[in-house]
Amino acid sequence: MKLYSLLKTDDASGAPRSRRLLKTAIAIGAAALLLGATACSSTGATAGAASGGATMWGLSGPDQDKVEGPSLTDWNKANPTSQVTANYFANDAYKTKIRTAVGAGTAPSIIYGWAGGTLNSYVQAGKVVDLTSATDGIKAKYLPSVWGQGVVGGKTYAVPMNAVTPIMFYYNKDLLKQAGIEAPKTWDEILAAIPKLKAIGVAPFSLAGGSKWPSLMWEEYLVDRVAGPEAFNAVMAGTPGSWNDPGIIKANTMIQQLVDAGAFVDGFSSVTADSNADVALLYTGKAAMMLQGAWVYSTFEKQAPDFTKNSLGYTTFPAVTGGKGDPNNIVGNPSGYFSVSASATPDQQKAAIDYLTKGVFDEAYTARMLAANQVPPLAGIGSKITGGTASFGGEVYALTEAAPNFQMSWDQALPPAQGTALLSNLDQLFNKQITPQQFSDNMNKTIGQ
Amino acid sequence: MTSIREGRPVMRKRAAGPSGWMVAPALGFFLAFAIVPLLLALYLSFTTWDAISDPVFVGLDNWPRVLSDPVTINAILLSLKVVVISWVVQTPISLLLGVFTAGRQKYRGVLAAIFFLPLILSSAATAIAFKAILDPNFGLGASLGVPLLKQNWLGNQDLILYVVIFVIAWQFVPFHTLLYQGGVRQIPASLYEAAEIDGASRVQQFFHITLPQLRYTIITSSTLMVAGSLTYFDVVFILTGGVPSQAINILPIAMYVTGFSAGQFGDASVIAIILVVIGLVLALGLTKLTGFSRMTSQQEGL
Repeated sequence: MKLYSLLKTDDASGAPRSRRLLKTAIAIGAAALLLGATACSSTGATAGAASGGATMWGLSGPDQDKVEGPSLTDWNKANPTSQVTANYFANDAYKTKIRTAVGAGTAPSIIYGWAGGTLNSYVQAGKVVDLTSATDGIKAKYLPSVWGQGVVGGKTYAVPMNAVTPIMFYYNKDLLKQAGIEAPKTWDEILAAIPKLKAIGVAPFSLAGGSKWPSLMWEEYLVDRVAGPEAFNAVMAGTPGSWNDPGIIKANTMIQQLVDAGAFVDGFSSVTADSNADVALLYTGKAAMMLQGAWVYSTFEKQAPDFTKNSLGYTTFPAVTGGKGDPNNIVGNPSGYFSVSASATPDQQKAAIDYLTKGVFDEAYTARMLAANQVPPLAGIGSKITGGTASFGGEVYALTEAAPNFQMSWDQALPPAQGTALLSNLDQLFNKQITPQQFSDNMNKTIGQ
Repeated sequence: MTSIREGRPVMRKRAAGPSGWMVAPALGFFLAFAIVPLLLALYLSFTTWDAISDPVFVGLDNWPRVLSDPVTINAILLSLKVVVISWVVQTPISLLLGVFTAGRQKYRGVLAAIFFLPLILSSAATAIAFKAILDPNFGLGASLGVPLLKQNWLGNQDLILYVVIFVIAWQFVPFHTLLYQGGVRQIPASLYEAAEIDGASRVQQFFHITLPQLRYTIITSSTLMVAGSLTYFDVVFILTGGVPSQAINILPIAMYVTGFSAGQFGDASVIAIILVVIGLVLALGLTKLTGFSRMTSQQEGL
């Protein structure tokens, strides 16, 4: 519109005077732009180099309030030469912001991330520092399955910094009792439980299908139980046609079997996780069971403390008889990770590495996490967990320690383009718009992207 | 042709008015914030870029792939559907409400103020509110116990498009009502008086005086509606919890998801350019078709 009327004005008057004017205006515009650009770059540089101390970006929420924030305050008091200043962002906003900042070379010295595909792309672009030798001394402190996610091509680029959060199988004890069943331990028990729970008028499973990634938890566990970790490892390795694995197709057939049986709450594709509607379905007694991350336990505690104490049960995902996967395998988020930016100054990098190796998971850091009922990804601390092995934290730790394979959430592990396609296709699979074979065909096309 | 010729004297008069320099600041901003980013997007559409490494120039590689992708074609069709249906739904409602609220009666003033309310809410607040209302388990339908309202509004692939169009209409009908209200109040009373003397009924007056006199208001409102619904993003994004499904994957959403979720900024830029082209074609087509640029007076001889 604007462009059009501009052109028209020029055309109509046609006088050389206005041409000259247009040229001048373009020149002014260009000058303004240049000015803007230089102003931007100079502030960017000063913000990074002003103090010589390291900068850090983290996520706002319980981590910031109870662990990172207090830990940094202590650290900065004790280490005047290795200062770290932090900024905290909301989860979704952070994901976009950090990507562009790393790409533009304006990343903080300490980068929070989820490892996986994003870390791989940082490493390929040379945006993060190799921490292998710096972290040699602290490596043994961590659970190997968690530590391993920060290793790319044999070199360590990211270190764990917050809680282990596998995907847990939650259930409402009262409703299961009312239906006369136990928490399912096998796939067949799940199928048998569905009609019984429907008979007492509740949905067997709560699912935030609108958010898509909670649906992925079903996919991850079923593929693991049916085909073992090898099926997804082949996808990660970029083997052509690896989504055609019979185990993946079988797992997806089982998912549609659940949908057909009405296992998921009515309108599950409208339910979203960001409003905690899926958690609410469980504690309001509208749904009996749910697959969700260990991180929702604190939501249960906050929104329904009595329910959490008396009626909330939790366990791991049931086994599939005849499946290749070990029923002790778990999937989820091994941890959050810190990396050091390659575009930070040497001083900043030194301060950052100091903090990551000496400040993160020092005694006070670990104690604060335990006090906040979070499970640190450290080896041999089972006995220190608040509430002991009978508590939720104890159960999470026991599962993590005993797991032969801890599969990172697929949407994090895969490169972003494949992760996005995965969620979109999974949504269509759950809505029965595509068959398991079509799902595999669509996903095979994304390999290598 | 004749239309341009007719337009000329008007344009010439304008060029002789205040100094052309006054356009410089606006032009500067327009260049910096519209043209330069547009050119950047055009450049990026010929590259592959993940926003982390440097963009790699790949020539025309992205274009045939994105244009032949069923997802893109689906997005274009969905966007056009949203544009057309939004126009068909919003125009009659806001036209009638505008005519109604243009009356000077007190109760109409009160109603006009109430109708106006949705406009002062931010899009994000509107979307969050509707998400809560439409929740199949905790929303209005479930709490009132009305089975008809207890639908899978945001998950049912056949419903969500219409839900989104409804929410857009709920939010923007007040704005267009306001435009029409202003338009109706501009119509000289003498026209209606003359019609009354000639014995025209209310309905006849509406069709023979109000509607023709509102011609330019209709065009303005339609242009805003078309451009607005083509670039509609925030409500869809929030209603679907940030991960929209294929059934509501309109162009702006497809662009965002391809760029910021999938990290394929080259492909996303192709979609962005498609969006710009469609927007320009629609806006130009609308002005050409309706003779809006001529802007001849509707009140000649009064």
